[in-house]
Formats: sequence, C-alpha cells, structure tokens
Amino acid sequence: MESSVQTLSPDQPSRLLANGLDTRRRIVNIVMTALIAAAFALAMIPLFSLVFEVATRGIPGLSAEFFTADARGVVGGGGAAHAIMGTLVITGVAALISVPIGIMAAIYLNEYGTGRLRRALTFFVDVMTGIPSIVAGLFAYALFEIFFGPGIRLGVMGSVALSVLMIPIVIRSAEEVLKIVPDHLREAAYALGTPKWKTITKIVLPTAFAGLVTGVMIAIARIVGETAPLLVTTGVVDSMNTDPFNGRMQNLAVYAYNEYRSPGVMKQAAYDKAWAAALTLIAIVMILNVAARLVYRRYKTEIR
Amino acid sequence: MLGAATKRNADALDDRKGRMAESRPASATSTEPTKVPGRRAKTIETRGVNLFYGDFHAVEEVTMTIEPNKVTALIGSSGCGKTTFLRSLNRMHELTPGARVQGEVTLDGEDIYDSRVDPVAVRRLIGMVFQQPNPFPTMSIYDNAAAGLNLNAKKVSKAHKDSVVERSLRGAHLWDEVKDRLDKPGGGLSGGQQQRLCIARAIAVEPEILLMDEPCSALDPVATLAVEDLIGELKSRYTIVVVTHNMQQAARASDVTAFFNLDATGKPGHLVEIGPTEEIFTNPNEKETEDYVSGRFG
Repeated sequence: MESSVQTLSPDQPSRLLANGLDTRRRIVNIVMTALIAAAFALAMIPLFSLVFEVATRGIPGLSAEFFTADARGVVGGGGAAHAIMGTLVITGVAALISVPIGIMAAIYLNEYGTGRLRRALTFFVDVMTGIPSIVAGLFAYALFEIFFGPGIRLGVMGSVALSVLMIPIVIRSAEEVLKIVPDHLREAAYALGTPKWKTITKIVLPTAFAGLVTGVMIAIARIVGETAPLLVTTGVVDSMNTDPFNGRMQNLAVYAYNEYRSPGVMKQAAYDKAWAAALTLIAIVMILNVAARLVYRRYKTEIR
Repeated sequence: MLGAATKRNADALDDRKGRMAESRPASATSTEPTKVPGRRAKTIETRGVNLFYGDFHAVEEVTMTIEPNKVTALIGSSGCGKTTFLRSLNRMHELTPGARVQGEVTLDGEDIYDSRVDPVAVRRLIGMVFQQPNPFPTMSIYDNAAAGLNLNAKKVSKAHKDSVVERSLRGAHLWDEVKDRLDKPGGGLSGGQQQRLCIARAIAVEPEILLMDEPCSALDPVATLAVEDLIGELKSRYTIVVVTHNMQQAARASDVTAFFNLDATGKPGHLVEIGPTEEIFTNPNEKETEDYVSGRFG
C-alpha cells in the first residue's frame, strides 16, 4: 500500500531551508545586541563611578570614632554618631507618621472609594508625588512656626517634612499591592458572613503583607537622604540629640553638606568625614533595599 | 427522538437512581428525603425577582421554591443569568457596584432583603462555594476550615475549634487525606482537595442553605465525582442549590432542576421551567426545555 505521507525527493528544493540562515538578519541582530549592550553599559557608568568615588573618598573618613562619637566641643575632630542617630530617629518618626496614614488611605482608595471622592484623592496623591522636597521642608517649618515662633528647629519638623514626601509613595505602592489581592478571596470571606472591615484586616492585609512591607522600605530608602527639607527644619548641631521634640537634631545629609561647606581648620579631615557620611547614607539605602527584597521573598503569599 | 445527548442524559439519570439506592436505607421511599433529626434545613422562596447590573436587566421575574433537604440544579446555557440569580440568594449580587435587586427572596418566610436585615447575617446562614477553589493562601488547612469561626465568632476554645475542624473536614471527605498535615498552607492541595476544603470551610459554620456555583467545572473527572458524591450526602443536612452548565451533572446529582434561558443576547434571562429532575429530562412541559436537554442548542 502506498504511503500517504509525502517525503521530499532529492531534486525538490526545501521551502523551509530556502532562505538559508539569512545573513543580513544575522548582522542586524548582532549590531542591535551590541548597541543595546553599549547603551546599558553607558547607563551603568554613572552608577559605578559614583559608588567608586564615594567609596574611595569616604573610606578614609571612616573610623571607630566616626561611628561612636559626636562632634561636641571638638574642633576638627569628632565623629558622626550624632548624625547617624539623628538620621535614624528622624526617618523613624517619619515612617511612624507616614505608614499608618499611607496604608489607611490606600485601603480607602482601593476597598471603599467610589466615584468623585476617589478620583479627587487619586489626583491629589499624584500631585503630592511631585512636590519639590524644599517645599515640603518649608511647609513643615511654616507649620511649626505658627505654634512655636520663628527660628524653631526640631527633629520632628524634619520628620513631618519627610512624611509629606513619603506618604504619597506609600499610598501609591500600597494601592498597587492591594489591587493584586484577588477579588475571589474577598468574596470567599464575604460568603462566610464576614463584615467588610474584618475581611480587610484578616484576609486582604495579611495576603498583601509582604508587598506592603517592601513598599514601605523602598519609600524609606527614598527619603532617607533628602537634604533640602532637613536644612530648613532640623538645623545643625554638634551634639547627640535623640529627642525629636526637643531642639536641633543633626542628620547624615545635613552633616555631609555642613562638613563640606564649613570645613573649619582641618579641611581634609572635614572633607573626609563628609564623604564618609555620604558613603554611610548609600550603605543605609542599599541595606534597606536588600532587606526589602529578603522580606518579600520570605513572606510573600503564593496566590493560586 | 433519541439523540446522543438524550442517551447521555438517560445514562446520567440511571447513575442517579443507582446512587439514591445506595445511599438510602432500604425502607425509605425514593421521594422522601432522609433527614437528620434535629437539623431542619430551610426553604427559600423567590417571588418576582428581577436582577440588574446598573441599567442592564440581567434576570427577569423569577418565582420559584427551593425545597429543603434537596439538591436543586440551575441549568441553562452561558450567560442566561443562573449565577447572577444564585448570587442574589445570599446577597452577594449587591456587592457588584451598580447591581440592584427587585422582588422578594424569603428564607423560611423572612425576607432577606428587608431594610432592617444585615447582609452579613444572611451570608452566615446561606453559604457559598465558588467555581474556582479559593482557600485563603495565608492560612493553613486547619485555619481555612476554621476560618468561619475565626472571622465571625468571638473567641472559641481550642478544643471546640478542633472538633469543628474535624467535623467539617470529615463532612467534606477530606479528613483522611489531610489529617497529618493540618498546618500546611491551604494552597498546597490539588484542585479537587482545595474545592473540598472550601466546602468544609462553608459547612463549618453550619449554614442552613449551601449555594454552589459550578463547583466542579475547574476539576478533573475523578475530583468531580468525589464532589458530586459529597453533595449527595450533604443534602441530608443542608438545602443545596447548584449552578451547573453540565446537564449530565444535573441529571446525576440533583433532585429538582430549574432551566433558565435567554431569548436573545441583551435580553434578560428568565426561568423557563422547574420540576423534579426525572421529569425535566424525560418529559418536560416546555418545548424550550426539551430542546435544551436533548442538546439541540446550548
């Protein structure tokens, strides 16, 4: 019986192989790959150069003293412990203010909001993400000036200024994460007779937990190095102050700026310390970003 | 006119007869539902129910009675409003923005849409299982089964919770498979097991009515059979309403069948006929019904 499957006879040209491995296409492929790789390398240059410069100039400024001593009463010497502490305190208080407000606003926008109020809120959040940081700082200053008079400088003012910058970031990322929680989980909870608020606290938020934490950590990393708002709100001081409600508080960003601008008698030491402060800031941002990834990986919920 | 579809239905009806005979003690008559003493399942009656999504009239004028301790199947082609109607029975329809309900739905005489009634209370009495199994991913199997208790009730003792979890997992025929791994996440089970977990979760709160929206359509045939068997057993304790697009499943697993249909796309779905399953499939009153069950459309 003759087979009904046709096979290629030797003198019949193959249609599949007719074009060969098109040389022109191969060349274009190689050229484009090279261009894209070059563009990537170009984009990476500023990053690597920055890290290299800060590292090489900052490392000489690092010392045990840098991390443990403040600059009180010392001329040209001293450390930046007060600045490091200050950054941690100011950023911490800012997070304490921003996280509850931001997450609750995101919950409102995603779970409850309807119609005009929601559109208006979303618009304002978008506007807030574009506020220049100095404006946030001036706002915080003006606000406290009303109650405490001119010239007031407090750690908490810096936190308020940073919150203005941080809240829209938290809202945006929390909103995205809450959107990802599938509706069928909410429906399953409603079908069991669960009230809406309980569905949110016991089902939606735990499911979104990893994403929320990551969003918050990234928001913190964004504002930890903001200098302009802190210049006008927290002031410059040499001694350690951990009370945000009492007096000026130094922080790494302003410290770096100050050491560079007013190096005093021992110029090189001051410059070194400024670079070291910058290096510490970069290190903090990197640690926060890495921690955010690790938290996400550890706590994320696989949603089928 | 015996076509292939009608033959399939006939086979399914035979399956059903076989199952009824297996699960009933020999002394009970075939139409008497077996009831567990002290557990009275409730009746749902709907009168003139019209359902809307905004201005779109989705379901029109449904008047029917859902009898206690029986499985009522809602059948009909896609888009004819069966799921919309099902969701109106436990006040889930109104969760969709713009959705409206007109008409009366009573649970043992009480109107569930009365303005004084809290929808949350309604949903605690009328449970639902969805098409896509949806165990809570952040919770273990144990916590999923106990979710109804955790989310609703005040503090219950561990012993009470343990017994509820075991009772509902046994009731869902899942206990033996998961009793050694109750603390593993709920999402780690197979599709059929997940669906049975969702059923366990629903029955753990002891609702009076159980609504099921195409519970087997995402499952393989073996799991489907397990769930259908389970439904047959559960009806002795609950009133069950199942939406299914699979006619043979309705023929196999239900006591009463309601056929929904659409006149044309864009028109509202309506109830064509409701009656005992045997009658609907072998000797329906309406020609539409006969056309649908013999496979001429749908």
